Amino acid sequence: MSLLNVFDVSGSGMAAQTLRLNTTASNIANAESVAENPEDTYRARYPVFQATLSDQVGMMQRGQKDPLNPDALTPGTVTVPGVVESDKPLSLRYQPEHPYANDDGYVAYPNVSVVEEMANMISASRSFQINVEVMNTAKSLAERVLSLGQ
Amino acid sequence: MHPNALLLRAQRSEMLAANIANADTPGYKARDINFQEVLAQQTASHNQAGAMRKSDPRHLDGVAPQVFNTEQYRVPLMPSLDGNTVDVQLEQTEFAENSVQFQASLRFVNSRIKGMMTAIKGE
Repeated sequence: MSLLNVFDVSGSGMAAQTLRLNTTASNIANAESVAENPEDTYRARYPVFQATLSDQVGMMQRGQKDPLNPDALTPGTVTVPGVVESDKPLSLRYQPEHPYANDDGYVAYPNVSVVEEMANMISASRSFQINVEVMNTAKSLAERVLSLGQ
Repeated sequence: MHPNALLLRAQRSEMLAANIANADTPGYKARDINFQEVLAQQTASHNQAGAMRKSDPRHLDGVAPQVFNTEQYRVPLMPSLDGNTVDVQLEQTEFAENSVQFQASLRFVNSRIKGMMTAIKGE
């Protein structure tokens, strides 16, 4: 029944946004973490979102799963194929007294932009709220269907 | 008509939920169904248009095709740079409207069942 598929779809959206919030927390927490080697310095991480699409025409419209592949996800769900590290250059700060400073006196700090992360956090929490709203509505609709004829 | 409408509304709610869940997925294209068109097709296929002609009353009725290719992409008002065409505000209002219409159809079906129950009980 497609009303119950809404739970799958919104749930996957909530899971994806939670992961995004998690990476944001990790990025902000490590915004000032330095390492001895610049290669080991923390780099900002971002999740990659991908939509699950059905390869069969009209499958999603009828709210059905692929009969040949019953383990497949409900079409329309969000999946996270991976988390990528940002390839922006690290920010170098001149701190000659720092134990991890290089020969020129520079320390490599992570390429995390805290402002960007805050914007990401707000966006993730709003998207999460909307998914909760959708799931609540689907729940109340399903309850009404269950009480049909009573 | 209302049981058909309920099925369609449920399918549409899934589609809109998928749009909302993928609001941040790069390259995702928002989709929807043209409700009026599909409902007209569904009800017509049970009545006259597209039905098989019978030359003998013992002939079986043809089974209406179940696949209607009516999934359409939404035309975005403000497409974003990453190719995503979901407008969360629009999807949310459509979802709310869809669930109200669902409840309206549900109420019609319910009152029909209630009417039958009254007739059965004869109270």
